[in-house]
Amino acid sequence: MNSGLALREGAGGLRRVLALRGGAAVLVVAVFAAFPLVITDQLITTIAVDTLIFVAAAAAWNIFSGYSGYISLGHAVFFGCGAYAVGIAARDWQITGTAEFALLPMAAAVAAAIAVPFGLIALRVRRHTFVVITIAVFFIFQLMAFNLWFTSGTNGLAAPFLLWSPTTFNDRFYYLALAIAAGAAGLSWLIRGSRFGLQLRAIRDDEDRARGLGVRAMPVKLAAFVISGAITGLAGALWFFFIGQVLPQSGFDPIFDLTVALMAFLGGLGTVSGPVIGALILEPAQQYLNLQITNNYLSQILLGSLFLAVVLFLPRGAVPTIGEQITSWRARQADRAPASRAAAAAVLAKGKSP
Amino acid sequence: MTSALRVEGVAKAFGGVQALTGCSLDVEEGSVTGLIGPNGSGKTTLFNVITGYERVDAGDVYAGGRRITNLPPQRVFALGIGRTFQLTRIFPRLTVLENMLVAAQHRGDGRWRSPLARAGGQADRRRAVELLEFTGIAGHAAALADTLSYGQRKLLELAYVLVADPAVVLLDEPAGGVNPSLIQHIAARIRDLNADGRTFLIVEHNMDFVMGLCDSVTVLDYGTVVAAGPPAVVREDPRVLDAYLGTDADPEAGDD
Repeated sequence: MNSGLALREGAGGLRRVLALRGGAAVLVVAVFAAFPLVITDQLITTIAVDTLIFVAAAAAWNIFSGYSGYISLGHAVFFGCGAYAVGIAARDWQITGTAEFALLPMAAAVAAAIAVPFGLIALRVRRHTFVVITIAVFFIFQLMAFNLWFTSGTNGLAAPFLLWSPTTFNDRFYYLALAIAAGAAGLSWLIRGSRFGLQLRAIRDDEDRARGLGVRAMPVKLAAFVISGAITGLAGALWFFFIGQVLPQSGFDPIFDLTVALMAFLGGLGTVSGPVIGALILEPAQQYLNLQITNNYLSQILLGSLFLAVVLFLPRGAVPTIGEQITSWRARQADRAPASRAAAAAVLAKGKSP
Repeated sequence: MTSALRVEGVAKAFGGVQALTGCSLDVEEGSVTGLIGPNGSGKTTLFNVITGYERVDAGDVYAGGRRITNLPPQRVFALGIGRTFQLTRIFPRLTVLENMLVAAQHRGDGRWRSPLARAGGQADRRRAVELLEFTGIAGHAAALADTLSYGQRKLLELAYVLVADPAVVLLDEPAGGVNPSLIQHIAARIRDLNADGRTFLIVEHNMDFVMGLCDSVTVLDYGTVVAAGPPAVVREDPRVLDAYLGTDADPEAGDD
């Protein structure tokens, strides 16, 4: 759409749009950066850290599923593997304290390494079959986390202890999570406008046609899957350090898969800001409900109902729907002016004719 | 006389149905070749085999002397063979300009481009807009392709195949389902492109379109070539009349 606008409005218009967007982005980052300085309630900052981790995960999920149209319900594999990779490494290499953060790149690397064979198998099929295979792979990994000799089974793993005061703890994790979330969103933006992103979106619309126009579909899909998996693994590792513990059922959690997908659907699948906004709305809401309603099943039922409501009433998500409203409103405004001019011209013409 | 595209003894079966049997075809460089035949005679299957959407059971396909048998679609396209589909296939949720840029990324100038570079450089965009102007839908460049009419979609499909500058273009029913004035428009565009040296292979049921446009016509029946030659000759060939009138009671009905 941007390119088209640019074409019509010329370079000046494009520069104005870009400046406006750049300004808005800087403002958003400033607000997020200032948040822990203003809000010091630990209950709220804890929710904020969780939320930013989900912003990163939802943006990462969207880089693959949103752009390519291949809906993955197996991204918890990457989240869990990221957490377990750093957990196992910290345990076996006796890493303590802040040194644990040096392991973060490893979480991304392990998730990426797992995404390659996962993708090579799953990406051979499309649509529903792909979804089913991602779910199957997810359960295989959860079973492995329960049963393999190096995962500590049902005991799970504990993160190295950090000698930080509770406030410092939350604040530092907040900025780490913010960095990862901003990085994921930035990468998502970069990819969407790129050659790579255009190929992904062409694959989403009609994969065979795209191949017939020279798009090497498999490498393109796999690259997106790996990038998406790596960021999700990174988010998983940070989540593990923050929570302090990972269990097979918490690291490899089916609700995680539904949640990130719902965040992207709610905000707008395949848009840059949609999944970010979806996560910013949904995660705090979910945490709040968890605190208010002690019955855990009830909040899950609410989550499920929300999923249904989004699919029914906002099938393309909030951002595209609202964007369309604005566009059509602008078009009506623009139409009104020439229409009145045309009407005036018609009146004049009538006056002249005998 | 060199051939831009050559099919030699191609066979293709779907289960028990033999869609193509010993099918051979020669598309001369710089020609407009028509491919006609009753419904179900294997025209679209032949297109799919040439462009890598179906694998052959036997036989070979050559592009300018190079063997391209069973190469995947993206490789066939990279080697300079573009195609359109009978039921037009565009990218509905991309803008018209973005549709053009999908193919633009694969122009063989040998220059490496970063995958994270913005889609469509200056040259690609200029070429895309030129082609949209050439086909007459430049006014819709910023619109979502989904909003185009059927005829406009046909023009977009023709335009984005041309972006990558293929030497041979395969058109599957370019005049199907569009109004007479648009048929004239499309025929004129094909003539322009052919005058610049581009080779065409066209499947079409509209006989006026085929006879008016093609230098040579090949007739398929039951998956095999029954006649080939200049339109005037093919038109009078008894085997062609037999294929159209003798075996198929209503050659105009339905699609293959």
